[in-house]
Formats: sequence, structure tokens, C-alpha cells
Amino acid sequence: MVAVQNISRQTKIGTPADRRARIAGIVLIGLALFVAGVFSAAVTGDATFRLSRPTDVWAVPNLVIPAAPFNYIVAAILAFLGARQFLRGGGKWTTLSLGIGLALAVCAFLVWATAGKAFSLSGMLQATMVRAVPLVLGAITGMMCERVGVVNIAIEGMLLAGAFTGALIGSVLGGVGGLIAAIGIGGLFGLILAALVVTYRMDQIIAGVVINLFVLGLTSYVSSQVFAEHRFLNNAPVFRAFKIPVLGDIPVIGPMFFNQNIFVYGSLVMVVVATYYLFYTRMGLRARSVGEHPRAADTLGINVYRTRYINVTAAGMIAGFGGAWFTLGSVGRFDENMTGGRGFIALAAMLFGRYHPVGALMAALVFGFADSMQQKLALLRTPIPSEFLAMAPYIATIIVVAGVVGRTRTPAAGGKAYIKE
Amino acid sequence: MDVELRGITKRFGPIVANAEIDLDIRAGEVLGLLGENGAGKSTLMNVLCGLYTPDEGNIIIDGKPVTFDGPGAAIAAGIGMVHQHFMLVPVFTVAENAILGIEPTKQVDYLDLAAARQQVNEIGDRYGLQVDPDARIEDLPVGTQQRVEIIKVLVRSADVLILDEPTAVLTPQEVEEFFGIVRSLRDAGKAIVFITHKLDEILEISDRITVLRGGRVTGYGDPKTLTEQRLAEMMVGRPVRFDVDKAPYNPGDLLLEVRDLTVLRANDEIAADHVSLEVRSGEIVGIAGVQGNGQSALIEAITGLHRPVDGTIIFDGQDITNVSVRARHAMGMAHIPEDRQRTGIIGDFTVAENMALNSYYDERYAKGMSIVWPAVATHAADYVADFDVRTPSVHAKASQLSGGNQQKLVVARELSRDTKLLIAAQPTRGLDVGSVEYIHGRVVAARDEGDGVLIMSSELDEILALSDRILVMFKGRIVAEFDASKQPVDRNAVGLAMAGSAPRAAA
Repeated sequence: MVAVQNISRQTKIGTPADRRARIAGIVLIGLALFVAGVFSAAVTGDATFRLSRPTDVWAVPNLVIPAAPFNYIVAAILAFLGARQFLRGGGKWTTLSLGIGLALAVCAFLVWATAGKAFSLSGMLQATMVRAVPLVLGAITGMMCERVGVVNIAIEGMLLAGAFTGALIGSVLGGVGGLIAAIGIGGLFGLILAALVVTYRMDQIIAGVVINLFVLGLTSYVSSQVFAEHRFLNNAPVFRAFKIPVLGDIPVIGPMFFNQNIFVYGSLVMVVVATYYLFYTRMGLRARSVGEHPRAADTLGINVYRTRYINVTAAGMIAGFGGAWFTLGSVGRFDENMTGGRGFIALAAMLFGRYHPVGALMAALVFGFADSMQQKLALLRTPIPSEFLAMAPYIATIIVVAGVVGRTRTPAAGGKAYIKE
Repeated sequence: MDVELRGITKRFGPIVANAEIDLDIRAGEVLGLLGENGAGKSTLMNVLCGLYTPDEGNIIIDGKPVTFDGPGAAIAAGIGMVHQHFMLVPVFTVAENAILGIEPTKQVDYLDLAAARQQVNEIGDRYGLQVDPDARIEDLPVGTQQRVEIIKVLVRSADVLILDEPTAVLTPQEVEEFFGIVRSLRDAGKAIVFITHKLDEILEISDRITVLRGGRVTGYGDPKTLTEQRLAEMMVGRPVRFDVDKAPYNPGDLLLEVRDLTVLRANDEIAADHVSLEVRSGEIVGIAGVQGNGQSALIEAITGLHRPVDGTIIFDGQDITNVSVRARHAMGMAHIPEDRQRTGIIGDFTVAENMALNSYYDERYAKGMSIVWPAVATHAADYVADFDVRTPSVHAKASQLSGGNQQKLVVARELSRDTKLLIAAQPTRGLDVGSVEYIHGRVVAARDEGDGVLIMSSELDEILALSDRILVMFKGRIVAEFDASKQPVDRNAVGLAMAGSAPRAAA
């Protein structure tokens, strides 16, 4: 006897995705109200954005935007996107709408802050790229580790160690020597992390915290006790920007990507190299297999431990290079805890970039934008206290990680020590 | 290629997993390796494929002794293993998995995926193992994943293929197809080792049989002359009963009524889709289906571990859809969960503590706010004796028990009180024949005493042996129902329904 059950599919199911769509709708409509009420109502005049400097080869006229009308339009678009979420939201539209909405809201904010004044947009974009450097490099570090199954939250410590060593050795041996030493110290901490979590199977989070605390304590001690006495040890030369011919003259893009110092070029090269390595080479395939299914890799004769050691150490060297940016790439001097949590924002950039170097670059530019915006806006004398502006990169991190990232697919073996049978 | 194992001994601390085992593997032959869990089959094969180094003994390939210092060396020597738990990277494509470890490359270490695709297609054409080389493993059905495992071994030009419990994850129809592949490989001159604990399969596919028990070879045989009964004796060491004695089918009142139950997985996919079913007292309702078709989610919803998004569950006349697990338990629901290691027991707790886990608060074990440990121990000792749990003491850690005894511990805990409804998910997965016999007896006893029983299993034989009514789940829905109370159900018809084919109108 066979009886097939009658299937009814009428009931609407309130899935978590629907809930997310509705929350996104509420957020968007809230933003619309805020933009209309605060950024549009009491604002007069035009916002002038400078896109080039007078000395540039190809000058581009300034972008002049009437503030109030522009912001009302933004508010209307936000309201439309929000309403759309309620009517037929969900699916891929949720993340996209939220992303567009947040970007528009940021534009509205800039227009409001600049209304009646002039503001160098190209200068801010150039600063965006500069500020993105430690974030891209940190994110690539985290990605190289996680792709082989090692969660690296010691990026912060590795950056700080690179910054400190760059300043110290750079002061004694000069910039190139400092840079090499910074890369070396990053690699050393990568090796230590690998030893702790691969060989000694220490909890990966705790190992990372230990490295962070150790580096913070040691560098702070030396900088307050030794550098305070012997200032010549903390006075390293800085790598200057150099323009790449022709490319550097392109308006807006030129100064952003092609008139920078070795750290910016280095991080762009690292994005290309890391992408090639992870996704187009034999070694990259093996590395990813170790992060996804170490036992499978082991049964095929791939040495899981060695793969993890090599990748985590190499990743540490990248972080060391990124750390040197703080000293050799900008001020030439080490300050206590000068990385200020950039290593953790880099982790967020890694997640936001979905474990892909190009994605990490995009994500780092978003965070770098928030960072440079707070710096430049302080000059515009907005009514917002500078302490609040200084929170911008961290707020951007929270919004992005909580709202826009959604579900990122992490390497399956991340965080777990591999025990060979 | 012929492989001989001579006097292989492997110890793990004081435990001897393999003791002086001799084994002959010959080209163009299927060697059936039979044994219960813990008999040492997997250890022996891990020695052969280079994962373990034997403490004593030799591996001889075509007359020459060899030693393997790792899996890579065994692969290079032409020995390939298809593991019971697939060794495939789920996010990689078929081609990437096939060539992992022996990748074709161009300059600058560039991965030559075009060459990889071509290799996969060539192997597929030669042995009848067609798979799309660009499909992602996680999107493929289990049967196809297994083909990829075999392709992976063949890409490494293996001459000896070790298949470890290859049919455990397949539907009956897929098993037939799989046997076809095994035969074509054998006819192509490959040597095949087929490891299983299923007697009918080993008799069907093998050319020779070797039986292991307790780490030793306990018998050799010719499948043409051996019977299942004789094989089982060699495997267990005593005569085994296969059929289950049941009292006549006499269903009573309606106990459990599930209406339009819909359950989501963590990723918002629908796991169970408007499922309705009934269980009466005094009957065993079996849910058949290939793993991953929503049975687990259904069971978790009924037992209160997972909140359904739609539908109602009525137990003993009360709506329990949103009632706590403890309340369900107090109403007389017993639950043998699917994964005893993860949800059935706490390995670091003692046998006695595990025994009290579900009712530590009732008057047997507690006085006010404190647990009376002596009472816990004495009750546990009673239940251990009642349910034949073999443990050195009630104070031994549960993780030290064998799988069968862990499962008996779970059964003892769940049934050692007044129950009305027993829900058993995969109650005998991975257990030896003796434990299966015992647990089946207990399940039937519960039914004969008037309990309702809902049993979920991906082992069709288990469902057929126990159930009074059989429901088949496919892609979250109940697609067929069979009445097994009067006459045996056509195994093939159930198998087809499990594979999602439209059920035929059977008698």
C-alpha cells in the first residue's frame, strides 16, 4: 500500500532572511528621515569638492553640489530603498540595498559638512589609500593564516612589532635596513604563532592574545624607558612618495594610486601576488586544502604541519611590512600602541573581503575612507566633536561586520589544531 | 599488482589493534574484508595505505618488501584508499580534488586546471565514471562524491583500491550501480579490497573473504560456499539471530500527532516541509530515507531541540509544539539521539552521572537542591545490570566504553522509567552485530509493552526489520508510506522511494 501525502505550501514562512530584510528596511527608512531632517533641512549653500590641485597637468573642474537639494534627493532614494525592502525585500537585494544606502548616507553627510565651504576630495582619496595600507596588509596576513586553518588574531601585535622594529633599526641602519628588520620580526612572530598552535596545539585565540599583549608590553616599555632617554634610537628616515610617470598624472586616480610611497605600491603588489598564490598556483591549492580539510590533505601526502608553518610565517612577514608603514611610511617615530587596533580592523576587512585579497583591498579602502574622513573633517570645523569623528573607523567596522557582511564562508578547519593519527 | 601482508602487528599503547595478520591481495580480484567495528579492519588498511607504521610485519609488493614512511609513499607505490568518511574538500571542484597532491603545473607554479579536467574526463571515459570536472563537491549527491573519490585514486594510477565501508552512505539502488563500477575496475585488472560489516554485500561482490575479529584473522572463505549465518559466527564468535520477534500488531490510542511540521536548517533552507505523521501506542513507525533528507530536523523538532517555523505537534492529547524539552520528557517521551558521542552522552562524565543526566532532579536522585550521589550510583548500578552495559564500574568515564556499550547506556537512561513514546534516531549506527541484536530487542520490548515508537534510520534493513509502518522521507517531505504489519514490504519499492522516484502503486 502506498499513499503519497498531500503537500500544502500555502503558509508563509517567517524566515530569518525575511526578518533581516525587514530590519534593513527599517534602517534605510531611519537613515532617510535622518538625512532629510538633519542633513537637508537646515543647510544652505553649495558644497565644493576639489578634484585636482592647480599644479596638476590635467586640471579637472571642481565638483559643486547644491547641498539641500542633493540631500533631499538622497533622502528620497533612501526612503524608496527602505520601502522596497518591505514590499518585496529579501534575497540578494537586502545586502545590496543596505550597501548603497550606507554609501549614499555617507555622501549626504559629506555634502552637509562641506556646505558653503570647499573640500579637497582628491586629497581625501589619496589619504584613504594611505590609511588603507596597514589594513590591506593585515587582512592579507589574516587570510593567509585562515586559509591554512590558523586563526590569527595576533595581526595587531605583528603590526606593532613591525612598527617598533622599523623605527629602531631604521634609526640605526637607515630606512631599508629598518624595513628588512620589520619584515623579519613579523616573520619571527608568525613562526612563534605557528609553533604555539601547530606544534603545541595551543588554543589559537589565546595564542594570538598572548602575542598581542607581549608585543604591546615590550614595545611600550622600551619606548617609555629607552626611547625617552635616547631619542636618536627613535628617529628613523621616512620613505617619501614618488610619482609613477604618466599614470600619476591621471586626475583623482593618479594621486590615489600612483603618487605614493613604497608601502602603498607594496600593498597593491601584495594583493596581486596573494591572489595569484592562493587561487592560481599549486602551493595555493594545497594551502587551501589544508585549511578546509586537513585530513584529506594529509591522506594525499601533503604535509599539513609544514604547510601551516610556512604560510603563517610568510603571513607574519607581510604583517611586519605593514607595521613598518606606521613608522617608516609616515612619521619615522614610534609611539606607544600606535597601531591603535588597526590589526583588528584588518580582521574585519578580511571578513568583509570574504577571504579574497581583492575583496580585502576594497574593504580596507572603505575603512581607510572612514579613517581619512575623520582626519580631514576635523579641518572643516563641523559641529561634531572631534572625539566622535575619531570613532568613525571603528563605527564603520561595526556597521560593516554586523550589517553588510552577512554570512561569510570561513575555511572549515579554521581554529582547530590538526592532530595526526 | 599483488600485495601480501605478513604478520602485521600494530599496537596503540596496551591495546593490540592488529595481531599477526596475514592478507593476500591479488590483481583482478575483489577481496572482502569482514569484521565488526573495532575488529581492526581500518587499522590494517591504514597500515597498508601508509598512515600507520606497523610495529611488526612486512608489506610485500610483487615479491619485494616495502616500507611506507607516509601516505605519499603508499600512493606512489600504487595503493589508493577510498575512506569511509570522504576525504574531499567540499569547496573545491571535482578536478581540483582529483589532482590535489599531484597537480599538473606550468611555469611559476601555475595550476594547470585544463590538464586536470582532461585527466578526470579520461578516467571517466575509461571506467564509466562520468562526473562534471567543474562541479563543486558540496553540490554533488553522495553517490557522485564517491565516484570522485574513486577517480581521485585512479588519477594517481593506483593498482590496489581499498574501499572502506563504501556502501554505508548509499541507497540500495546506488549500491547496485556501485557494484557495477567495482566489477568493471576488477575486470580492468585492479586489485580491490572491499571492507564492510554487511554480510549480504560481501557475499555478492567478493571473490574471496577474510574475516577479522579482535585484531586477528578468524576465518577465510569462499563466497560461493559460505552462508550469512556462518560468516556472522566467524565475525562475532557465536551464533547470531537476524530476525526480530515481535508480538502481533495491535495498535492502541493515538499518541503522537504531527501536523504540517516545517523546520528550517541553520542556513534557512527547508529541512522538513509540511510533514504530517501519527504514532499510536503499541506500534513502531519507521522513517526511512537517505541521510540529509530532513529526518534529523524532524526528530529534533519533535523532541524539542529545534523550534519548527510552522505546524503543530500533539503528544498524548496536548499541544507540545512550544513546550520545553524537560516538559516533554516528563510527559513520557524518551529520546535516543542520533549522535551518541555528541548528544547522547557526555564523555567526560562517569557512567553514573550520564545515567542521571535526564532526571537528576527527580526524587530518585535529588533531595531538595542537592544531588544524592550514593543514590545515583546505586541506581546506575541497577540499570547497568538491567541493560547489560559492560563497564568496569559505574564510576568509569563514559568515553572509555565501546560504542555499543555507550549506546546501551543511552538506552538504559531513556527507558529506565515510565515512558509512553520512544523516539530513536539511528539507534544502531556503527554498532556491532551483538549490540544491534540487543538494542533491537529493547525497542521491540518497548513497543510490546504498549509504548509508541518512532524510529529513524538510514539503514533500510533496520527499518524493514522493526517497523509496523514505514514512512519514506525525501527532500524534506514524506513521499511514501508502507504498511508492514501484515506482510513484508518490498525492499525495492522502499529503496526507490528513498531515491525520490515516484512510488509505484504496489499491492
